Amino acid sequence: STLCPQWPYCRKRCSYCNFNKYVVPAVDEAAVRACLVREARTLLRLSQVQSITSVFFGGGTPSLASPGTIAAVLEAVAGAAHLPTGAEVTLEANPSSTSTPRLAGFRAAGVNRLSIGVQSLDDVELQLLGREHTAAEARGAVEAARDLFPGRTSLDLLFGLPGQSRDAWAQGLEAALGLCDDHISLYQLTLEQGTALAAQVWGGTLPTPPQDLLADMYLTARAMLVAAGFRHYEVSNFARKGALSTHNLSYWRAEQYIGVGPGAHGRFVPWGEGGHSREARVQTLEPVTWMREVQSQGHGTRKRVVLSPLEQLEEVLALGLRTDEGITHELWGHFSPHLSLQAAFGAPGEAKALQQQGWLVLDGGGLRCTWEGLALLDSLLPDLLCQLQRR
Amino acid sequence: MALAGRTAMWWARLRSPCPAAAPRCPPPWPLAGPVACQRLYSSRGKEKLDMSTYPVENIRNFSIIAHVDHGKSTLADRLLEITGTIAKTDRNKQVLDKLQVERERGITVKAQSASLFYNHEGVNYLLNLIDTPGHVDFSYEVSRSLSACQGVILVVDANEGIQAQTVANFYLAFEAQLAIIPVVNKIDLKNADPERVEKQIEKLFDIPIDECVRISAKQGTNVEKVLQKIIEKIPPPQCHTADPLKALVFDSTFDHYRGVIANIALFGGEIQKGHKIVSAHTRKRYEVNEVGILTPNEQPTHKLYAGQVGYLIAGMKEVTEAQIGDTLFLYKQPVEPLPGFKSVKPMVFAGMYPVDQTEYNNLKSALERLTLNDSSVTVHRDSSLALGAGWRLGFLGLLHMEVFNQRLEQEYNMSVILTAPTVPYKAILSSAKLIKEYGKAEITIINPAQFPDKLSVSEYLEPTVLGTIVTPHEYIGKIIALCQDCRAVQKDMLYIDERRVMLKYLFPLNEIVVDFYDTLKSLSSGYASFDYEDAGYQTADLIKMDILLNGNPVEELATIIHNDKAYATGKFLCERLKDTIPRQLFEIAIQAAIGKKIIARETLKAYRKNVVAKCYGGDITRRMKLLKRQAEGKKLMRKIGNVEVPRDAFIRVLKRQTDK
Repeated sequence: STLCPQWPYCRKRCSYCNFNKYVVPAVDEAAVRACLVREARTLLRLSQVQSITSVFFGGGTPSLASPGTIAAVLEAVAGAAHLPTGAEVTLEANPSSTSTPRLAGFRAAGVNRLSIGVQSLDDVELQLLGREHTAAEARGAVEAARDLFPGRTSLDLLFGLPGQSRDAWAQGLEAALGLCDDHISLYQLTLEQGTALAAQVWGGTLPTPPQDLLADMYLTARAMLVAAGFRHYEVSNFARKGALSTHNLSYWRAEQYIGVGPGAHGRFVPWGEGGHSREARVQTLEPVTWMREVQSQGHGTRKRVVLSPLEQLEEVLALGLRTDEGITHELWGHFSPHLSLQAAFGAPGEAKALQQQGWLVLDGGGLRCTWEGLALLDSLLPDLLCQLQRR
Repeated sequence: MALAGRTAMWWARLRSPCPAAAPRCPPPWPLAGPVACQRLYSSRGKEKLDMSTYPVENIRNFSIIAHVDHGKSTLADRLLEITGTIAKTDRNKQVLDKLQVERERGITVKAQSASLFYNHEGVNYLLNLIDTPGHVDFSYEVSRSLSACQGVILVVDANEGIQAQTVANFYLAFEAQLAIIPVVNKIDLKNADPERVEKQIEKLFDIPIDECVRISAKQGTNVEKVLQKIIEKIPPPQCHTADPLKALVFDSTFDHYRGVIANIALFGGEIQKGHKIVSAHTRKRYEVNEVGILTPNEQPTHKLYAGQVGYLIAGMKEVTEAQIGDTLFLYKQPVEPLPGFKSVKPMVFAGMYPVDQTEYNNLKSALERLTLNDSSVTVHRDSSLALGAGWRLGFLGLLHMEVFNQRLEQEYNMSVILTAPTVPYKAILSSAKLIKEYGKAEITIINPAQFPDKLSVSEYLEPTVLGTIVTPHEYIGKIIALCQDCRAVQKDMLYIDERRVMLKYLFPLNEIVVDFYDTLKSLSSGYASFDYEDAGYQTADLIKMDILLNGNPVEELATIIHNDKAYATGKFLCERLKDTIPRQLFEIAIQAAIGKKIIARETLKAYRKNVVAKCYGGDITRRMKLLKRQAEGKKLMRKIGNVEVPRDAFIRVLKRQTDK
């Protein structure tokens, strides 16, 4: 199992982000820390998880938390479950809060992997995105991070910005390749309801990126990264020298994960409460309310939904097919002991047709997308769900 | 119901002229001239009227005809008030227009009639106001209503002047050789110009200016004068009670408790309860249960006599048994049927489908109930692979279709998908084999699937209408261009005064069924009026156009169109489909084809990327919901070959475009 603590605060609101985040003048860090620690303990007890294979500090902007808070949470985890020495502990970091001493502090606290939200290496683009750092600051942050976390520094980039050309993107990516370590995440910008950027695009002040251009950008990036020795191991993630993110992989493999903190999501079986089924769990969104709940009842779980076996399999499909290895027979068998992958998708039907068309492969390794199919996964999934629902 | 409050107002027996000063009930209207007959209220109106006191020479049967909104219904209200038929209140607005849609749109869909009693110079007159539907879609019904009349009141708005429908209505009355009383209404309006309107009437209808009556129906000004004119200028019906029964059915309604109520005009003889009668059209025999007059609610009478107008209930179960224009006579005393009867032929067809298939049964029962009262709508079950189970409905015209749809929505709370209207084409077959198959050489084609190949046809025919447009002259250029675009041929152009022009064009009906009227209105800032009448069929260069998706024809998108319009229509359909079909894993060729010839093509490119960028934590629940919805949607998609077309795409292409 993995653990995902959330730090819900940001210094500034980015124009494209609709995550559960809060920009407040002052954070009572001691109180938040105490609650994160307490909730982590409570949920670990409820899940009866023995061992935590990875921890991922997300947000918000977790690099705004002090190393002491990170350390406190990790100590709590280690106290409640087994946290192996080499377990991947990632911290999401913004270039504006990653000075070398700070990063050293995080490393001392137990963080051993850094994911830096570079987003772009162009100042105009960064401004459009509402980021509070410059391209030069981003470079500085990555360099500092690589010094402290060699081989374990990842950077995030966004593409498909309004007005961005294919060439501008390719140049930006080229620059990022000169800067990066062994892991890159490339995300197509998604316009989310309620964000400033979406309002501008839908209102007509900014151009809508054409579909074909977005496809070009994606395919260009894939080709460039593969040429640079990266493995395209998930829709938006690339790694070389085996630097895959353990944490994210376990997520795509539908392993158990425990969300801690305001608005965190989790998927686990609450054995400790007498539960026997995998549940989808959401923690209370608003930090102050969440803290009150944690203080009074040990955790701020707001919503629990038991996932039916079919729903679990649907998630396995939707997540597993995002990776290059796909869904192995072993993984499928874990969730579906009675209906094998072959039985579900080997018979004539949608999956068979998609295989014949060259989008899918079902073989001894399992079920996975072809190179071409991966870029079209969302067109394949509804068909696969239909076929699965009929079984 | 609008008249519910008045149902208690029964007419008491009316025998002889009432003394004007009879004190029991004050006259409902302060009358200066001849006085309306006294009305006697009776709490339990079981007594029946004796109509024998109204001999033929004291009867006047008339209609009011007018362009939409020129005040026909308001004038009717005043006539009903003055004669004491209804009490005068502020609420009398379009009393005869009972339907919500009629009141909202200011049109009359379902004709209502009323018998008025009026004392003029000491003589009691029976004035039968035979209301007519207010639109040319119902011109057959109008002509039948008019055939029960000897005269009409032609109402023209003093501000708007003669409009297209005024012209059409005038000719209907003129051709029926009816006495015409021109009335210039709304003289109370600020911009009223009765002089100009009277000149138009003189120029166009050849009626001397001094015969026009200037009134304000709204304020009641000069309405009394109209009553006097009716008595003076309209001749009494020429018929005799001694002759055998000959009754014209000019309207019918359906009552859930009593069955069909037929409105009839007696051209000879008399009729009463217990008479055995026969329909000349169906040859079916009935026994009369009840006769009476309309005031405007049904008021039973002992008998009805020659020249009179009223209603009849005779155990008819369906409105189709009381077809408009039919003649009724006494059993074993057949008479020559009245001329002019024809079965109603729908001129505009449209598919109707429930928005949601689970609503099918509700819609079905609503349709059944609505058509009980409107026998002119034809209903055939139909099903579309894309839109599901539904019906193909035939209407008399566009307005009829709109009104029907609106009534479904308002009276039955039904929301439907109505497809773009089509018209009935014909083909003269040349292939002996096909002639044998159909049993005739001339066939009517409603469904494009039945369109016979050119090789087995000597000619195709399309329905035409003679359209009248009245417009301020500054819009002539644009209107002529519009008409030419519609393949229309100019038949006439006349200045009815120095500012207004009347144009007559022969239109192919299919050119005006979709949006002609809206376009005309918008390019003339609402000032041009339009009306049309059936003008038979003409030969036409018709073709069937198929829409292909990756080479596979889409049955529900096939259309019959004129060759000249094929390219533009094909291009339009392809473009619209391109916008509505979602991208798929492969490229889709959207083509319009005539036979094997492709005349238009759009290409919907394949998806090259369709995968959500980020899928972590919180996203997954929302993501799964969306995917499951898409999976559900897949099951509802229509597959053309391997192309999946969502129902929405069909709706957007097939649906009547009302909001352009």
